[in-house]
Amino acid sequence: MIGISGIVNKIVDKYQGDRDMLIQVLLDVQSGLGWLPKEVLTEVSKQLGTPLTCVYQVATYYKAFSLAPRGQHLVRICMGTACQVRGSPLIRDRVQQLLGIEPGETSPDMKFSFETVNCLGCCAKGPVIMVDDAYYGPLGVSDVDKVLEKYG
Amino acid sequence: MSRINSFAELEKLRQEIKGKRDSNKPCITLCSGTACHTSASESVNEALERELDRQGLKGEIGLRRTGCHGFCEKGPLVVIYPEETCYINVQPEDAAEIVQGVKEKKIIERLLYSDPVTGEKIVHESEIPFYKNQQRLVFGPNRWIDPESIEDYLYIGGYSALSKALSQMTPDQVLEEIKKANLRGRGGGGFPAGRKWEETKNAPGEPKYVIVNCDEGDPGAYMDRSLMEGNPHSVIEGLIIGAYAIGSHEGFVYVRQEYPLAVENLYIALEQAEEYGFLGENILGSGFNFRVKVHRGAGAFVSGESSALMTAIEGKAGEPRMKYIHMSQRGYKEKPSCLNNVETWATVPFIINKGSDWFNSIGTEGSKGTKIFSLVGKVNNTGLVEVPMGMTLRQIIYDIGGGIPKGRKFKGVQTGGPSGGIIPERYLDTPIDFDELTKIGSMMGSGGMIVMDEDTCMVDMARYFVDFCCEESCGKCIPCREGLRVLSGILTNICEGEGKEEELQTLERVAEVMKDASLCALGATAANPVLTTLRYFRDEYEAHIKDKRCPAKVCKNLIDYYIDPEKCEACMICLRNCPTGAIQGGKNLVHWIEQDKCIKCGICYQVCPERFSAVEKLSGGPVPAPVPGREVVRKKE
Repeated sequence: MIGISGIVNKIVDKYQGDRDMLIQVLLDVQSGLGWLPKEVLTEVSKQLGTPLTCVYQVATYYKAFSLAPRGQHLVRICMGTACQVRGSPLIRDRVQQLLGIEPGETSPDMKFSFETVNCLGCCAKGPVIMVDDAYYGPLGVSDVDKVLEKYG
Repeated sequence: MSRINSFAELEKLRQEIKGKRDSNKPCITLCSGTACHTSASESVNEALERELDRQGLKGEIGLRRTGCHGFCEKGPLVVIYPEETCYINVQPEDAAEIVQGVKEKKIIERLLYSDPVTGEKIVHESEIPFYKNQQRLVFGPNRWIDPESIEDYLYIGGYSALSKALSQMTPDQVLEEIKKANLRGRGGGGFPAGRKWEETKNAPGEPKYVIVNCDEGDPGAYMDRSLMEGNPHSVIEGLIIGAYAIGSHEGFVYVRQEYPLAVENLYIALEQAEEYGFLGENILGSGFNFRVKVHRGAGAFVSGESSALMTAIEGKAGEPRMKYIHMSQRGYKEKPSCLNNVETWATVPFIINKGSDWFNSIGTEGSKGTKIFSLVGKVNNTGLVEVPMGMTLRQIIYDIGGGIPKGRKFKGVQTGGPSGGIIPERYLDTPIDFDELTKIGSMMGSGGMIVMDEDTCMVDMARYFVDFCCEESCGKCIPCREGLRVLSGILTNICEGEGKEEELQTLERVAEVMKDASLCALGATAANPVLTTLRYFRDEYEAHIKDKRCPAKVCKNLIDYYIDPEKCEACMICLRNCPTGAIQGGKNLVHWIEQDKCIKCGICYQVCPERFSAVEKLSGGPVPAPVPGREVVRKKE
């Protein structure tokens, strides 16, 4: 079994240990693990030779990174302007009500994480929500139940 | 494939590819951009493949998955060549009929676009009003080529501009051509690309860098995504030409990781370009060397700003820097760096191939060429449109976009993303170019064009943009960080009916300070949506403050849902769907809303059958008292 140091090592090697690639390393690590545990950040800092504070700065600055474990399914609601004018705030409120969590949170049973995003780039289909890799749109506020039920 | 070592070899290969292909052979092309992905393009592709196999036509009919065609509203789109027959909203179950139709040269009427006014069925893609009024130049090849196939790109003349530049032009001549073309940056500011190239070229210091900005963060804009997904080689070709002119041997593409398909297709294209000899050492035998690295952006709007983007490429938190000195002088790693947007780079090969005179013949005095807009929001034909600069907003929204859905009234159009403004009806005949938009308080931005109708609240929109910037502000400078918080607080109060009249002045004052004193363009322009809405829609602000009324009936605190007892047919639909059980009444009993329980989620409004339209939104007045137990009097049919 490869430990954290092995996982990080493989990725750091892919970028030839280039410190400029810190963001790319973190993206790759996260795509495997789903989030960035503290041990990983420490390991990245060690292997890239970048101070831990800098690693934390980057990991907290960019939206893509999560320092907490994410749920089994990631629900992302597009809050882009096109979706906004077509009623995405109502969709967001409905998801929030159904999941019982606010944007940025994960349900206690670890089933769902819920995020709002700026634009998914499918403006023609707005309002759009994305669950894991699947897109749903255009949605009405009463369609939200059916979408989430699929992931039960 | 072995590397192409000379210009002659490239042309030989192109002729070979052309020789292998029969332009009369039927080919089914299927739009596979992200928007069509949301509407089952994947399963349509599988179904078409299965059908071709089943009907034994794999050798006779080609199938190609292309990038975005632009008419996303009607996706998935299928276009059959050579006839150019266009089918819209194609579903997997249509596959058998389509394949059969191609075989028998029959047109499937029901899948054609029908003109909403005349009802006439339109067969050919280019005759559909949405396409007819466009001039698709940069975005045009998207619909013909498979983005994963470099041969497709070569077939339509790809890399011939690079070959021309390297074989027939000196770097100075390339630069001169771009300068003469008056190409202005398509990413927002409209800075002349030629000047930027020249500054980078002449700046002291080596190495020099060239960078593609594909950190398309403006909400409501997705043209860069579609170009990168659908035709990545055109961006790469433009970049190599730029590098040659500037004297750079290393380039970067900064692309949002939120665009997985763009990232994937870019990697594939770079690998192919290297394999064929368009990247690497001694490109096409010219002696010119150039390499490209990809950086995926991890999600920060402000990182799309040039200095912030370069900091991000260095692997740091992408915050903007003071720009006493242009990035073209001192950018990435303090070295001269030339950053242009995806669309700008993709325009370069056209200019080199066709010449600056040709480019200057399109557009307006100060803005040349075409521009891709993402026409979205409350408009019938949503999608990506490419038009010559100088077309009016009215032509774009009505002639191409087909007007506002459901006969609603046009209210405004937002251009330029969070840094832009909302343009009211009286400016609909303004010709669109960089300078005209700035004059009326908005800006070109990257090309987002979000149409709003009477159901859009302008105060709420201003708050939306301010909150967007508030969240995306990096916090480095005070005017932006604190100014946005003040604006957000005041706008939220107004939306909630707690606003005071004198606060409108505060909004304007804070906006002025932010404009003058912010570190980067994000802060300096963040108040634009507030300023333009105050300028053009002040009455809406006043209605919220003085009458506690939201004219568009959007702001939750100022509206109530109400069921008109005269219209309600007691169909039970809203009653069953209400998540809080706020709707009372019953079978044959007129429904009414218990206001204390109502959370204003809007479900009843949406589910009430259109033929009844009994659920209404009220604002600015008391809700009429309900009459519990009232029976429905059904009109006799």
